[in-house]
Amino acid sequence: MVMGEQTIETQVAVIGGGPGGYAAAFRAADLGLEVTLINQEERLGGVCLLRGCIPAKVFLEVTHLLHDARQAGDWGLTFDEPDIDLEGLRKRKEKVVGRLTKGLETLCRQRDVQLIRARAEFEDAHRLRLQGADVAHVEFEHAILATGSTPISLPGVEFAPGGRVMSTAEALDVPRIPETLLLVGGGFNGVELGSVYAALGSRVTLVEMTEGLLPGVDRDLVKPLARRIEASYEATHYNTRVTSLKEHDDGVEVTLEGEGNTAETERFDQVLVVIGRRPNSQDIGLESTGIERDEQDFVVVDEEMRTAEEHIFAVGDVVGLPMLAHKAIHQGKVAAGVIAGEPEAFDVRCVPAVIYTDPQIAWCGLTEPAAEEEGREVEMGRFSWGASGRALTMGEPRGLTKLVFDPEMERVLGVGIVGRGAEDLIAEGALAIEMGAVAQDLALTIHPHPTLSETISEAAQAFLGLATHVLSRRK
Amino acid sequence: MTRAFKLPDLGEGIHEAEIVEIPVAVGDEVEEDQTILVVETDKAAVEIPSPYSATVESVEVEVGDLVRVDNVMMTFSGNGVAAEEPEERPETAEEERPQKEPVETREQKGPVPASPATRRLARELDVDLRQVEPTGPAGRVTAQDVRAFAEGEAEREPAPAEPREEERERRPEATSAVDPRSVSLPPLPDFERWGEVERIELRSVRRSIAKQMALSWAQIPRVSHHEEADITELDRLRRKYKEESGLESLTLTVFIIKAAAAALRDFPRFNASLDAQAEEIVLKRYYHFGVAVDTERGLIVPVVRDVDCKSLIQLSNELQELAEQTRAGEAALEDLQGASFTITNVGILGGTAFTPIVNYPEVAILGMARAAWKPVVRADESGRQKIEPRLILPLVLAFDHRVADGADAARFMRAIVETLKDPHKLMLTL
Repeated sequence: MVMGEQTIETQVAVIGGGPGGYAAAFRAADLGLEVTLINQEERLGGVCLLRGCIPAKVFLEVTHLLHDARQAGDWGLTFDEPDIDLEGLRKRKEKVVGRLTKGLETLCRQRDVQLIRARAEFEDAHRLRLQGADVAHVEFEHAILATGSTPISLPGVEFAPGGRVMSTAEALDVPRIPETLLLVGGGFNGVELGSVYAALGSRVTLVEMTEGLLPGVDRDLVKPLARRIEASYEATHYNTRVTSLKEHDDGVEVTLEGEGNTAETERFDQVLVVIGRRPNSQDIGLESTGIERDEQDFVVVDEEMRTAEEHIFAVGDVVGLPMLAHKAIHQGKVAAGVIAGEPEAFDVRCVPAVIYTDPQIAWCGLTEPAAEEEGREVEMGRFSWGASGRALTMGEPRGLTKLVFDPEMERVLGVGIVGRGAEDLIAEGALAIEMGAVAQDLALTIHPHPTLSETISEAAQAFLGLATHVLSRRK
Repeated sequence: MTRAFKLPDLGEGIHEAEIVEIPVAVGDEVEEDQTILVVETDKAAVEIPSPYSATVESVEVEVGDLVRVDNVMMTFSGNGVAAEEPEERPETAEEERPQKEPVETREQKGPVPASPATRRLARELDVDLRQVEPTGPAGRVTAQDVRAFAEGEAEREPAPAEPREEERERRPEATSAVDPRSVSLPPLPDFERWGEVERIELRSVRRSIAKQMALSWAQIPRVSHHEEADITELDRLRRKYKEESGLESLTLTVFIIKAAAAALRDFPRFNASLDAQAEEIVLKRYYHFGVAVDTERGLIVPVVRDVDCKSLIQLSNELQELAEQTRAGEAALEDLQGASFTITNVGILGGTAFTPIVNYPEVAILGMARAAWKPVVRADESGRQKIEPRLILPLVLAFDHRVADGADAARFMRAIVETLKDPHKLMLTL
């Protein structure tokens, strides 16, 4: 590692090469600005591409395939139990990730974005100090902070590659298929990875602090998934915490304490801890600037993604929840646009979220439980997939499309879907909410039949009392 | 049943008024149409009639309060109070009514329904979506609504010409402390450090004048062109007419009005307005003159209409009547609007020259200072120069240099001066 002497000047310095960072860099370059993208890792793409969203989807495809192959026996098509070649799986993941990250590099070149591999720290509000590159300092007119987030571990427990205690990053390397796996944390990512390992053959035990899976998510949407999880996991413990964890050569000793139960100690082959992520806002020199952070260490920004320093912006995981790649991408583009003088702002009406399990769960906008908490009166339009012809042809009758409406104007406030393909169906919901669509807009738009998408139209029709494939009562 | 009475719309672009008189009290029985409130707006008093026959339950305002349209003035109770909201409002053009959806109600209903593209447009045009009247289906604000609102705003309050993007681009650079556009107003010092002070609230006519002057000063690159008119003959004629007809009101101003009206026919640019948005000069084919009147409350400018069509006698009488009404505070709002050109005469009080401020949105204003006897060099028939006492009236034309140039002003003023110098010429123009 050579500490260079060079100082370069740039118009826009982007710190972090994940979705937020590269989206910002590309947009800024497209708008004619001169951009330098500083990425700490060897490859572009951030957590999402390298050890998050993308690898997870590769393995989840495998999971669904395994499930379908096993289920096909009921349909008159019987497969033998497959040989699982972990090395082959890993190679496939690498191929996909490699192709995407090379693609990002190409885009950088095509757009004339200067890419520097280094760790960046703020020396003051106009200068970065770099480590690990020939360039020692970057002086910038504007900066966009997109340093992302890091998995939180249990107190006193560290994640180490090759170790028995993993975060999502290590888990997605799939070093081996453990005989027993303890999944700590029943949130989005945990549940996804748990289902991957369960499909690959591990006996998975889930321990979750709250009273059910996916805290915060509408229970109507969780129910079909919970049934599947219960069926495929060995055990699920709710209202339970991990009170001690000790790594040994031959396994991990974990003590679980449930509400009102006595503590139990069990031994697991591996432990996957997915209890949250903290923003990467420490140790990057923010104290040398006027940039403010809140009590949870998120960088404080306004609607234009500006920090307290007018010329420094921040986007993505580092500025707050939800920690989603598409939120980071959108914010990155807003920040770039604002720097270039465009009238951009982060004023979206909803950020869709997707859980890529089987069945998938996706939602956007106001959920029924959130409305209840707010004390806001809403009305629902429901369509159960048991009545969907397409769902039945797929062998997927477990599903639900649920629309949340404002009773007075009948405007779409929220959409929730559980079932296969929810990840794509939810986009229509997001568009409806952003456009201020009302129930009639969805009900009167012809959706093809038979598809899963028509469940959205039928749910709106159910709300209005017009549905065909279900009985709906309207006042 | 109690009913709140709110200040009704008072007319084009007028959003606020000052309470001048409250002729009723709590407990009074009022008849429908009885005057229950007198407010003053832009220097004119307006009487507000009661929409019901009812009893005054409470009075929510005091004399001197500055109130806005839709503020509650008083409440009524009694049988005469109808269940429905009385729709009796003074007739105003619907399109020009300022968007009045109370902001609180909108916020309760959540974010304004508008597509992402429309929201971005609103940002670009600096429009607050909550103020826009939606015309889209299901109460949606469309892009057209946003554009229409932005244009409407431009009419009511002319915005600086630069769009928001340019402002943003300029932001990263340091602003110059000597650039008049970028200097932000520093806070006033505490004057009491240096001695005793007295504070007077800016109200009524004074406040209106302050607003109008600020507007005109900011918008119009003004040039003042000074001239002198030899009115020796004209004044002789004037005094003769006055004596013979007994027309006490025949002032010099009347003749100036006539001379100016005649000249404006040949120089229409000075009888115009500049539409900065459309980049068009609006030439007026009518000749309504604002005539500045000094009153106790401040300078008020009532308007005499069609000065080109009226005789000297008519003008004299009308001018006198208007001035009296104005001083008595009885001038109606319509009397103060619609001028195409303004005359201001401080001469009676003194002054050799001054630089009046153009009465926005007009293009020019003609000022008269004090006429005085002066030694003037004149040539007699044989061309020899002599010094004679002549009655000289100093005139000044202050005008908007965007619309007319110095040469035009010089020619225009020359025309007026020539007409005034030789009353026979003035006769020909009448």
